[in-house]
Amino acid sequence: MIWQLDLAILTLVIVCAIAAITVKDLLATAILFGAYSFMMCLLWSIMAAVDVAFTEASVGAGVSTVFFVAAVFRTTRRTKD
Amino acid sequence: MKKLALLIVILSGGLLLYATKDFPPWGDPHSPASMHVSPRYLMKSLEETGVPNVVTSILADYRGYDTMFETTVIFCAGIACFMLLRKFEAQSKDVYYRHIPTGITIHVKGGKQIPPTSKEFEKIDAIWTPYDLIINTVSRFLVPFIQLFALYVIAHGHHSPGGGFQGGVILGASIIVVAIAFNLRTAIKRFGEKIDGIMSALGVFIYSGIGAICVLLGAEFLNYGTLARILPVSKIMARSHGILGVEIGVGIAVMAVMVCIYNNVASEGKHDEGL
Amino acid sequence: MEFLFTHLVAKYNFWLYIVLMMIGLYAMIAKNNLIKKLVGMNIFQTAIILFYVSVGSKKGGTIPIIEHGAGHTPHGIDPAHYVNPLPHVLMLTAIVVSVSTFGVALALAIKIYQRYKTLEEDEILTRIRES
Repeated sequence: MIWQLDLAILTLVIVCAIAAITVKDLLATAILFGAYSFMMCLLWSIMAAVDVAFTEASVGAGVSTVFFVAAVFRTTRRTKD
Repeated sequence: MKKLALLIVILSGGLLLYATKDFPPWGDPHSPASMHVSPRYLMKSLEETGVPNVVTSILADYRGYDTMFETTVIFCAGIACFMLLRKFEAQSKDVYYRHIPTGITIHVKGGKQIPPTSKEFEKIDAIWTPYDLIINTVSRFLVPFIQLFALYVIAHGHHSPGGGFQGGVILGASIIVVAIAFNLRTAIKRFGEKIDGIMSALGVFIYSGIGAICVLLGAEFLNYGTLARILPVSKIMARSHGILGVEIGVGIAVMAVMVCIYNNVASEGKHDEGL
Repeated sequence: MEFLFTHLVAKYNFWLYIVLMMIGLYAMIAKNNLIKKLVGMNIFQTAIILFYVSVGSKKGGTIPIIEHGAGHTPHGIDPAHYVNPLPHVLMLTAIVVSVSTFGVALALAIKIYQRYKTLEEDEILTRIRES
């Protein structure tokens, strides 16, 4: 378990999370949220939790992003804050 | 509001950071979380259930109650989406038809439909995207392989990471691929709403049905060892087959609910046009 | 200061998980848009799942799938060799429940948009008071 890799991916995760709630376009939020899910999946693979990583990859970075984009398509794409 | 939120966040963050003083260091093999129940699961899982993947055997056998209610929660989420969004009355809005050989679009106002006299007219959505050969062909190619991989993940949950949930989500994703690459009406023609509802209830029914069979044979609910009385295998293999049965039930339920949520969210419940 | 430094180096990952949780909590309270609040809720949930799974990890441990021939040694299976599988099982349930909640919350957001034609919280409150 290499701690340098762990620290690098954790920093990326925090940057993705802050970016996902700050951008003003909801489609960009959806894509950044998918990237955040995928980074989480990598973190769990490093910690040897392979079942949890598999579930998060299929559910978070797959199906959940599709639901989000479908909902943004049906409502509005712009947001004021 | 933002100042108040910042204050709350800093206060609770500070409290939590102070609480980490008492945590055991990260990665300690003798931390209290790893000393009491889980060594017993690790040592006894292979000889009691015959399943090398300890996570699957804990999920479906030692803690089978939690998984059954989790499947019920997924089923309830599918039902909730259906009840919130689905609209059944025919909306009288404009319908668009396209003449395929020449590419002319006909706009019929007021919701009256042209009876399908010839195959040259196709009904299109209001937000029509042009027919893309690459995406349609590739997704038609890929769907059987995706489903085969999903069935492999469900069936191999005993020996490799995987199991019911992951396989069910991948199966649902194979139908969502068809709905995105073609249009929503094509996917609904292949996997309709009625069969979707039946399959989501069937998954929960298989899980609790296996538990009820164990009660009818004389032992407690979800004690798969008693299945050895009707199946010609030993008690350990009966537990392994019981785990496989409930994983199949979970997979079917998860697939149906993922498709149901996508259909309702992408079309606001009208099931005529989608993403 | 020495005390803080030893704690920081030994437990830096717990501090980073708490930072992630607080980002999620801030988004749930302070943001105006309903979908941003949902994203904050999901960030909070995955940060808690990350914390739980990291409690079960062990230095030098391998994945909790028992290898061939491990059960046949005279001492049996050594549990310190494998990562603790119990938090993984509980968190599998948590991930699936979180995606179900996300689906239902998106359906609710679509319904609110159909009724009030906006997704910003202050505009919705104004329109409720007017009608």
